[in-house]
Amino acid sequence: MAGKLHFSLVAPERQLFSAEVDQVDAPGVEGDFGVLAGHAPFMTALKAGPVTVFDGSARRTFTIEGGFADVTPAGLTILAEQATEVGA
Amino acid sequence: MASLKDMRNRISSVKATQKITKAMQMVAAAKLRRAQDAAESARPYAQRMAAVIANLAAGVSGDGAPKLLAGTGSNKRHLVIVAAADRGLAGGFTSSIVRFAREKIGALLAEGKDVRIICVGKKSRDQLRRQYGDRVIESYDLSANRVLNLGVAQPIADQILAEFEAGRADVVTLVYSRFRSVVQQIPTAKQLIPAVVDADAPAPDLQGAAYDYEPGEEEILDTLLPRNITVQVLAALLENMAGFYASQMSAMDNATRNAGDMIAALNLQYNRQRQARITTELIEIISAAAAL
Repeated sequence: MAGKLHFSLVAPERQLFSAEVDQVDAPGVEGDFGVLAGHAPFMTALKAGPVTVFDGSARRTFTIEGGFADVTPAGLTILAEQATEVGA
Repeated sequence: MASLKDMRNRISSVKATQKITKAMQMVAAAKLRRAQDAAESARPYAQRMAAVIANLAAGVSGDGAPKLLAGTGSNKRHLVIVAAADRGLAGGFTSSIVRFAREKIGALLAEGKDVRIICVGKKSRDQLRRQYGDRVIESYDLSANRVLNLGVAQPIADQILAEFEAGRADVVTLVYSRFRSVVQQIPTAKQLIPAVVDADAPAPDLQGAAYDYEPGEEEILDTLLPRNITVQVLAALLENMAGFYASQMSAMDNATRNAGDMIAALNLQYNRQRQARITTELIEIISAAAAL
């Protein structure tokens, strides 16, 4: 796998997550997608659903209520309208 | 001259006032910390949003650009949102915002523009109503909300959009107080519509690749721009909140200090008067004894 992906999940109230990870799965309006490091620049609206973050063997899931995902060579940013972490 | 009893009463009432202002100062300090955290943690979202919009705006220009971004092509009708506090006892916090807003509104009126106002916060309404009562179309009272979140900003943003869509506003400006530091809050006007694209925002280096949009560029902008207004309103409210507590804290600190000075002065006066009375009584006793 080619390096790590910088992922930040930001909700209007606060930043929930910001770190280097292996993979992020997110619910796009036109279908769920996964982002790895080196993904092509890409922007999409998100629908409500789970955002799963994979880092090594660790996995964290957040539930979001719609928002936007912005993939640039610098990493993935999700602007969620509302986000909460599932479990802990 | 006030009697000794009057002075004692006076001193105890000033002491009671001092206790209240001291308590208010401490409460404001505690709330300030929370409000400051909230304002600061809301910044990344607003910044990212601005960056994303700047990014998109570069791609969509010309006639196809959404009106929220490009404006209506006229700037005759202005809508000014004045966001200030719901409560008083915070020094010049609301006054400085309102003064700034007045200057701004006055300048617009002098240019012959049509200005309407939305007040956010009871205090701004109270102060603006006198001068611009007929121009205030709505006022929001946020004092019932314990926390500020998107739900609070949403109705305000919805109304802004409704006014814009109904063609009753060409330019929408938000006046609030930017929280620079505890001792410095700067009244600021931020233009919401047409969206100001930060030209300084660094365009992401795409390394030659083209952006892919899902669904389409315009659909994304169409949802993103109204969203942005809500977020901007929320950010302004949060900054205001932090500024309000900072202002209240220093106002109450001043009040506590003033009360302290007053107590010292009153005590001095009280002691002098008491001393004078004792001296008079002594003289009376001694002269009475001497007369025997």
